[in-house]
Amino acid sequence: MTAGNMAEEHGRKWDRCLADTVLKTATGLGVGIVFSVLLFKRRTWPLAFGSGLGVGMGYTNCQHDFRSPYLIHGRVVKDQ
Amino acid sequence: MLRACLRGANATARNHCRRSPGTSLQHCRHYTAGESSSGASKVIATGLLTVSGGVGGTILYAKWDHKFRAAVEKNVPYSDRLLGLALGPAPQDVGLPVKNQVELAQPPSMMEKQVKAPKAKSEKKVKDSAGSPAKEPSPVVTQPAQSIEEASAEATHIISAISEVPSVPAPCDTEAAAVKEECKECHDHKDTPAAVHPNAESPSAAEPLKERPVEEVAARLAQQDQEEQDILASVSASLEESLASSAKATLQAIGAQEAALQAITQHTHKLKEAMEAEVPPQEKSAQWKDLEAALADRTCSVNDAGTALLKANEALGALRSVIDDSKGLKIAAVHPLVLAAEENLHNMIVDLDKVVTKVQSAESEAKIVSQYSELVNEAKQQFQREVSSLTPEIQANWKGLTGKLSADDLNALIAHAHRRIDQLNRELAEQRVREQIHIDAALEQQKLEDQKALEKAVNTSLQHVKEDARLEQERKLAELREVMEAEMRTQLRRQAAAHTDHVQDVLKVQEQELRAEADQVLSSKMLEQETRYRQLNQEQLDNFTLDMNTAYARLKGMEEAIDSHVVAEEEARRAHQLWLSVEALNYTLKTADADVPTVPLKSAAEAVRDSCHDNDFAMALASALPEESLHRGVYSEASLRARFNSLRSLARRVALIDESHNSLYQYFLSYLQAALLFEDKQEAPPTQLSREDLDPFKLLSYASYCLEHGDLELAAKLVNQLRGEARRVVEDWLTEARLTLETRQVVSLLSAYANAVGLGTTQAP
Repeated sequence: MTAGNMAEEHGRKWDRCLADTVLKTATGLGVGIVFSVLLFKRRTWPLAFGSGLGVGMGYTNCQHDFRSPYLIHGRVVKDQ
Repeated sequence: MLRACLRGANATARNHCRRSPGTSLQHCRHYTAGESSSGASKVIATGLLTVSGGVGGTILYAKWDHKFRAAVEKNVPYSDRLLGLALGPAPQDVGLPVKNQVELAQPPSMMEKQVKAPKAKSEKKVKDSAGSPAKEPSPVVTQPAQSIEEASAEATHIISAISEVPSVPAPCDTEAAAVKEECKECHDHKDTPAAVHPNAESPSAAEPLKERPVEEVAARLAQQDQEEQDILASVSASLEESLASSAKATLQAIGAQEAALQAITQHTHKLKEAMEAEVPPQEKSAQWKDLEAALADRTCSVNDAGTALLKANEALGALRSVIDDSKGLKIAAVHPLVLAAEENLHNMIVDLDKVVTKVQSAESEAKIVSQYSELVNEAKQQFQREVSSLTPEIQANWKGLTGKLSADDLNALIAHAHRRIDQLNRELAEQRVREQIHIDAALEQQKLEDQKALEKAVNTSLQHVKEDARLEQERKLAELREVMEAEMRTQLRRQAAAHTDHVQDVLKVQEQELRAEADQVLSSKMLEQETRYRQLNQEQLDNFTLDMNTAYARLKGMEEAIDSHVVAEEEARRAHQLWLSVEALNYTLKTADADVPTVPLKSAAEAVRDSCHDNDFAMALASALPEESLHRGVYSEASLRARFNSLRSLARRVALIDESHNSLYQYFLSYLQAALLFEDKQEAPPTQLSREDLDPFKLLSYASYCLEHGDLELAAKLVNQLRGEARRVVEDWLTEARLTLETRQVVSLLSAYANAVGLGTTQAP
């Protein structure tokens, strides 16, 4: 195990998280913009929606990323 | 207080948010959005009201529902304190108290210097050290909260327990091993002539009975023999002499007697003739002259015979005396002579007696005849007288008177004769009558005489017989004596032979006995000598052996001392080597720079392993170094400290995150908490951790304190108490710290061991 891996991991996670969120937000915003421009007559709500979607996705991703050590993956064992 | 309120408010807010994040936000938003113009006071009041209502409601509900209370306490960080304040301590449930107990159990067991764990550990260590020292790292790993001092103390304890350092005996010359110089030649015994010489008694000196020597005996015997011979000679000579004389006398006497006898017989014959024969007177006178001559002869010869007899008797007496004398000599050789002499004597006496008896018989006859002749003469004379009385003129010889006589004379004579015849017839008849009486008387007389003669004869014959018998006896005796002598000689010879045999036997036996005795004495003496000799030998040998043994023991001691010295030196060398390698290992630990681990300890560990091939303990320790430290090296404490400082903020920031609280919101809250919470940078950890001390912030401050004071172990232990994300975050730091601690422990153990071994191998002055 390299030194400071965990701490750096945390930082990295945050980096990833934020980057991902920003990206998603931006992407959402972009998609929102696109949708707003294309489909929704330049209303503001797709932007909000898209960015919100992006933020939400990013948040969830972030959360999931932060949670990932604690997640337990179980399998259902069928009785034979 | 402020902090508590803030925490409470936050907790409530969080709780609120948890329960219904949307609605409360909305509420808040609604409230905050709606009441923006009325004024801050309204808002504040409303907020306060809400908050207090929420808190009160939560508390009430928690009081009513224990599960809710537990959930609140679990989820909201400081709610348990609040609820405890408000409601009292929560009723013990399964989930929470176990965790608490578990959490409580570990620190006290680590923090307190409890006897149980260290004891168990030490026991385990002792057991493991006795058995497989490889197990040692595992208790080390599992209980990382041991202090270094404890570890080293236990290491020394272990080392002393399994001390393989040989105890070198001080090879100083003790006085006991001093050279016994005085004992080297101490057993030169003066060989006392202990042999007791038996006093050689001169056998000839002190014997009471002196045995005459042979020569003397022989001389004596010879002398005796000589004497005997002389005596014998003399005796024989005398005997012969006397014998000769006596023989001569006897012969003479016998001759005389014979002559006498002859004379007597002649005389008698002549007398008879003269009596009987009717011879003319001239011849009668001649006859009577002859008779007288014969008588004279007879008397002469009788006298001669008598004298000769006397002489013979004298001679015989002398002979007898001589014989008696010689008998009295009691010499054996004389006896036959004596015997012979006696025999001769006897014979002579016998002859003499015979002759004498003959003579006597002749004399008796002569006497008878003379008596007869006297009677006849008497008768004749009577007749003559008668005749003369009758016829006085007729004288002398009537026979010659035939012519001269007358008828008267004749008639007278015839008448006389007839008268005489009658007388004679009467006498005859008388005589016949008295015959018997006369015969009886005569017989008696005769008997008497016969008796006398018989007696005499018997006597003489008895004497003769006696003499004969005696002589016979003597002869027999002599014979017997000879036989006896011979037998005795043979017996004596036999006895002598037997005696010699016996003496030989006895001598042999005696010789054997003496020999045996002498042998025994000799053997005993020899044995004694031998035993003494052997004893001396043994003593010498023993002394020698003793000396040899002592020398050998000393040599052995010296060798052992040298060996032990060598061994000790070897040990010391090895210990030094070990120490050097351990020092090298120790030095490598110092090569860590900040944030750079040390060089890999592999080579140093190899060196240590090389220098302690035979030492299981050191080998175990050397192999107990963790792999990472070998391959990668360990971080120094400083780097760890630095890292920790940087980690601390991170840990603070994620203090609220754990398995169940790990949403991003929690992250935000945790960040908030970290921003708002202030704790001491460093706080001295208590000896016993309580529940409150398990707060991450507190733990971190304790850990910082420990780190600042160089107690990495305690810091690691404290950090180990973190839970959740904080724990995750510091996990690798913890691993590194563990690694470092482990390595350091091993190295310190090794160095302590090396030091101990080095100390142990040092020779005490």
